[in-house]
Amino acid sequence: MAVAAIREYSFTPLDLEEKFHGNRLLYVGWEDHLMFCAPFAFPLPSSMTFRDLVEKVLPPVYGYHPDFARIDWAAVQWFKSGQPWQPQWDESLEKNGLRHKDVIRFRTPGLTGLQGSCS
Amino acid sequence: MDMQVAKKKLGLKEKYQVMTRDLNWTPTYQKMEDIYPYVHYEGIKIHDWDRWEDPFRLTMDAYWKYQAEKEKKLYAIIDAYAQNNGHLNVTDARYINTVKLFLTGVSPLEYMAHRGFAHVGRAFPGPGPRVACLMQSLDEMRHFQTQVHAISNYNKYYNGFHDFRQWHDRVWYLSVPKSFFDDAITAGPFEFMVAIGFSFEYVLTNLLFVPFVSGAAYNGDMGTMAYGFSAQSDEARHMTLGLEVIKFILEQDPDNLPIVQRWIDKWTWRGYRVLTLVAMMMDYMLPKRTMSWKEAWEIYFEENGGALFRDLSRYGIRMPKCAETIRFEKDHLSHQAWCTFYNYTAATAFHTWIPTEDEMQWLSAKYPDSFDKYYRPRWEFWREQAAKGNRFYNTTLPMLCQTCQIPMLFTEPGDPTKICYRETDYKGMKYHFCSDHCKEIFEHEPEKYVQAWLPVHQIYQGNCFPEGTDPSAEGFDPLKAVLQWYNVVHGRDNLDFDGSEDQRNFAAWRAQATRNV
Repeated sequence: MAVAAIREYSFTPLDLEEKFHGNRLLYVGWEDHLMFCAPFAFPLPSSMTFRDLVEKVLPPVYGYHPDFARIDWAAVQWFKSGQPWQPQWDESLEKNGLRHKDVIRFRTPGLTGLQGSCS
Repeated sequence: MDMQVAKKKLGLKEKYQVMTRDLNWTPTYQKMEDIYPYVHYEGIKIHDWDRWEDPFRLTMDAYWKYQAEKEKKLYAIIDAYAQNNGHLNVTDARYINTVKLFLTGVSPLEYMAHRGFAHVGRAFPGPGPRVACLMQSLDEMRHFQTQVHAISNYNKYYNGFHDFRQWHDRVWYLSVPKSFFDDAITAGPFEFMVAIGFSFEYVLTNLLFVPFVSGAAYNGDMGTMAYGFSAQSDEARHMTLGLEVIKFILEQDPDNLPIVQRWIDKWTWRGYRVLTLVAMMMDYMLPKRTMSWKEAWEIYFEENGGALFRDLSRYGIRMPKCAETIRFEKDHLSHQAWCTFYNYTAATAFHTWIPTEDEMQWLSAKYPDSFDKYYRPRWEFWREQAAKGNRFYNTTLPMLCQTCQIPMLFTEPGDPTKICYRETDYKGMKYHFCSDHCKEIFEHEPEKYVQAWLPVHQIYQGNCFPEGTDPSAEGFDPLKAVLQWYNVVHGRDNLDFDGSEDQRNFAAWRAQATRNV
């Protein structure tokens, strides 16, 4: 028993994948751009392609930042759970190995935020 | 006809004995462990409850008398403040948002403290701590009531005060203080005492109450000052109780030391994370500042807390582990927190704003190593955009820490340009944390924290919309639906201070009070 308790103590986690109505959670963070104060949480269908994530989901979310339009996506470095990672753009999130509550980050070389402040 | 009987008057010491220890008895037809079922499972060993030394010799009859006096004085001041439209004497209408933060974030914790101390008082077999916990439980109820009464005056004139109780249960940023106290109150009685009695009331209380109360004093808010001082007079008793608990537990058995040390490590961190709200209040929300968060931390924690832990080292207790991490964060905490609220103010029940030019100069002077380098560029960019009518409202929900429930806004210790990500796997699922400390707390009791009600995930699960909402309907606006479920009125309670109804009303009323308009 992983908790000090007076009797058996075991509960179903509150955030199982099946509670998200066919979606799974994916967290995304943009390195060196902390004007967006924290990484984002998205509920997405696992069948969505990685290209749709980048080309449809992210632009309205990050578009406010002047650096976003300048991103050279071919040069972007991706990380999954902090480790370098290579996404397949035309494969689904599932095929890309992205499970419920995975966290990915992207680094945009040469772009380091407002006045280089990582904002 | 009444019979005249010569009363025998008890001496103080005797009276104390009769009205506390003598109220105890040893049961004969029920087993001790049935009456006190929660006293062993945490692993704390107590051999002799009579060794408890009461830190203050107060009996219930004297308690009522003192408290009644305090109440009389307090309500006289609050009435005078209300009748004289004292709210128009505060420095600036922005100040009122700190009162909103206090009512929604702190006052409900007073009520939870009342419940917590009532509960643990009942759980302890020793009469000494039982009486002390009873008094503190009543104090906490009094604090809650006086705060609600005093602040209700603001509710007559300003937005963002009308539903604090429901907000405490529902609103995303208030899940931070709520989950902190829920964690404490669902722990065993000894952990609760170390969590709230010691770590919060003794180690961290000066960083919660002093900033709010002196902030009120600096900004002309007599009402908040009055209940603050009235509560502060009880705090001395609470602090003494918190310290006595630690000493008593440690003196009873050497096996208690590692358990207590782990609780101190855990609860200093948990409490500090809640104080994030105080940090931003001090550095950004008070129009007339008292001192910076960094200065307050250095005085109240590094100096005073340092002396306390040196004193406790004779029991084998060391400084909480997190002190090192916090040392890195003190230059950044308030800036990162206020930026977060600036991002998400479409979903808050108070207003945010961009610091003025002279406020930014104050921040540069107080934070020479961090403000200009990392945070000023953000504010200047946002200011430029706001002037063009393009105020930044972040409406995509953030990733949260599983333990403290704060958005993952904190940066790596030693590198303020990198968000601090930590994760662990438990029973086939990933969990994410803002820090090593939150991760360690989870890993020690994962079963407890897998149940965390994380506001962002709850919204995505569809649990935070008014009944009958169809999230699949065309044109469904999730933010609007969540605000309805909160009972926060869009365009009135939320968004930027600039252009708010509070701002307009305050200006108009103050003009009426001071000029012939």
